Amino acid sequence: MTVNPYLPLPYRVIAVRQDTPDTATVELRPVGAAIPEPAPGQFTMLYMLGVGEAPISVSGAPIEGAPLAQTLRGVGAVSKAIIRLQPGEELGVRGPYGTIWPVAEADGHDVLFIAGGLGLAPLRPAVRHVLANRERYGRVSLLYGTRSPQDILYRDELAMWRRMLDVQIEVTVDRAHRSWHGAVGVVTELIPRAGVDPSRTIAMVCGPEIMMRFSVQALQAAGMPCEHIYVSMERSMKCGVGLCGRCQFGPDFVCKQGAVMRYDRIAHIFTVREI
Amino acid sequence: MESLEGIVLAQPFFAGLDPAIGALIAGCARNHRFDPDAYLFHEGEEASEFFLLREGDVALEIQAAGRPTLVLGTVHAGDIVGASWLIPPYRWNSDARARTPVRALGIDAACLRGKCEDDPRTGYAMMKRFAPLLVRRLQAAHLQLLDVYGRSDPA
Amino acid sequence: MSASGFPKAGVVLSLDGLQALIDALAARGYQVLGPVEHDGAIGTGHIAGIADLPAGRTDRQEAGSYRLDDRDDGALFGYAVGPGSWKRHLHRPIETLFKVRRVGDELSFEPPREPPARTALLGVRSCELAAIAIQDRVFQGGRYVNTEYAARRANIFLVAVNCGDPASTCFCSSLNTGPRARRGYDIALTELVDGRHEFLAEPGSDSGAALLAYLPNRPATEADWQAADAVAAHAAAQIHRRLPAEGLKEALQQHPEHPHWEEVAARCLACANCTNVCPTCFCTTIDDHSDLDGHGAARVRRWDSCFNGDFSYVHGGAVRTQTRSRYRQWLTHKLANWWDQFGTSGCVGCGRCIAWCPAGIDLTVEATSIVDSISAEAKAHGVA
Repeated sequence: MTVNPYLPLPYRVIAVRQDTPDTATVELRPVGAAIPEPAPGQFTMLYMLGVGEAPISVSGAPIEGAPLAQTLRGVGAVSKAIIRLQPGEELGVRGPYGTIWPVAEADGHDVLFIAGGLGLAPLRPAVRHVLANRERYGRVSLLYGTRSPQDILYRDELAMWRRMLDVQIEVTVDRAHRSWHGAVGVVTELIPRAGVDPSRTIAMVCGPEIMMRFSVQALQAAGMPCEHIYVSMERSMKCGVGLCGRCQFGPDFVCKQGAVMRYDRIAHIFTVREI
Repeated sequence: MESLEGIVLAQPFFAGLDPAIGALIAGCARNHRFDPDAYLFHEGEEASEFFLLREGDVALEIQAAGRPTLVLGTVHAGDIVGASWLIPPYRWNSDARARTPVRALGIDAACLRGKCEDDPRTGYAMMKRFAPLLVRRLQAAHLQLLDVYGRSDPA
Repeated sequence: MSASGFPKAGVVLSLDGLQALIDALAARGYQVLGPVEHDGAIGTGHIAGIADLPAGRTDRQEAGSYRLDDRDDGALFGYAVGPGSWKRHLHRPIETLFKVRRVGDELSFEPPREPPARTALLGVRSCELAAIAIQDRVFQGGRYVNTEYAARRANIFLVAVNCGDPASTCFCSSLNTGPRARRGYDIALTELVDGRHEFLAEPGSDSGAALLAYLPNRPATEADWQAADAVAAHAAAQIHRRLPAEGLKEALQQHPEHPHWEEVAARCLACANCTNVCPTCFCTTIDDHSDLDGHGAARVRRWDSCFNGDFSYVHGGAVRTQTRSRYRQWLTHKLANWWDQFGTSGCVGCGRCIAWCPAGIDLTVEATSIVDSISAEAKAHGVA
């Protein structure tokens, strides 16, 4: 009998860590059977009884035995309900679904991560993977933009990465008061300053679509070929498994051919209105 | 001791500049050092000089009574500080404060404007460098205005 | 061999023989669904016998119009397709995927255990067989399977009927999906009303052949085959609408900003009728239906449409706010992107979306208009 792809597995909340005033990371463990180990860039469908289901990218470590970590901003009914869960409560998990950040393809290359806002969450497993296998990669840089200093995710981990002497971490915010001593400006402004060698760099870009559009523009202005740029797309999604038809982006289903997509695949429609 | 002309021509902002024009600009330039928290200029003052940052970070700030000082943006080594010197009434519309020890090249605005008026070739060379900078700043301001991170939750 | 790959064989059934077919299906545990007249249209419903079929009725279809009328030959299948396609019996308009209960903090998920009923669909047109084959690919051709569809599909017996009287809205021949059924059926019938009332019955599967052998019948003669060919030829000659074959996919995919989208949008009401009557449209939404005690819920899947406002909703707003974008999505998906996704067009030429569009929008006209304007432009630039 074929497995019903809509059926979640019960998972128990181990911890809820408040990352920012409206964003939290939930750590989950399976009650019984577990979903297969997610790869960097993949997402799951999280189900809250009586509320519904939402596609949420995995933000935890690709480490054996680590709890499943997912970061959510409380913007919709489902995400709001999930970040209010208490340890011990259960929710439904199915997946993992979708494509993977090109951590294998980037082997032997420089790696440039560009994250905007909550876009750091889906990128974190890839950053962790690259740093855990540091010897396989050339220069590694992370450019991260958020709305304000209080919206910066994973501060402790960013600080830890910054202490590594062979990783470039740049953080900028759109707006700040004088108490913020870091950069103020949009994340695209960091790109020309990062000094990347476009011919040997793989860029992984994740954030709101507008931010990704401008970032891709800046990367191309810096001479980076389309095949070196990867973005993570977002579209409406109810099933996550290619059956509900909602997440279509041109001929692709974001749940199947994405969310992580190589830019040359979608370049022809990336800036088309309402596609 | 490095010549001012050499310093001008070494700036990425002036990459490819005709050395003769570089010499003209150097004629209007002088070196500055600012300690942390020192102001390069204040809002409302006459924009008599603009700066090319050689080292350090500068914050462009807006102050309003009863509100914390807002940082509009930060500029870094290799960047230009200030565009108000280009257009009348030549008044700064923000504060520029050094956040770190800053070394900068200051270019006297009236001097450079005069040289541009006298020699359209110099004027055009400057225009070619300032126009993209202004457009880039405008686009960045648009992006900031969009508040793109406000309510997004990428899958 | 016939085109279906099944050995060409045929028997002739009388009206009693057709009744015997329905009885035999029922005796083998099938619920039998067939064309029935209701609400001024011919839809699908349970039938006990040939008396339930819309004898002597036909349909007159035009863009934005569908009317029933009488015909004088008493034919049981003398009409084309109505608004309700067979899709609803395989891909249900509303379906419970699973139930969930919470006891304490513990959640348990229970899929419905009810096995699907064996169902015989009688009167399935060639375009409908093509539509079912397309939904087979969509729902069970990939890594993840729509298990509710697959369970029902495995229990379906298909009795096709070759079209004798297509509607003016039909355009199956330009898509190679009709009017004569070529594959995908257990039994195919051709209704012969040339001064007699009989059915040429062709088996398309072992179970179809076995069932036919069991029914009272006489072997088909060369004259019977010629009569069936004449029905098919007559049907084919009545089909005038067509979809452009050349350059359609490229035209749609490469011109998302074509001005014609705006022109269609000025007429389109975004009412979603076209997607509801389409036999291949498969998009859905899922809702939570909570129990009153708050400790349980059912996850319920419902047909949805790319014309609905919240179909493309991501936090904060819909991606496709304009009718132009939604029509473009529908047509580009159906006629172009479907090829990339499933190796086939998403259109079978049944013409339902033309007849049931309240604004009378005709996709064959719109698609042709875009293709023609692009090839005209290409010619004007000397690259034709």
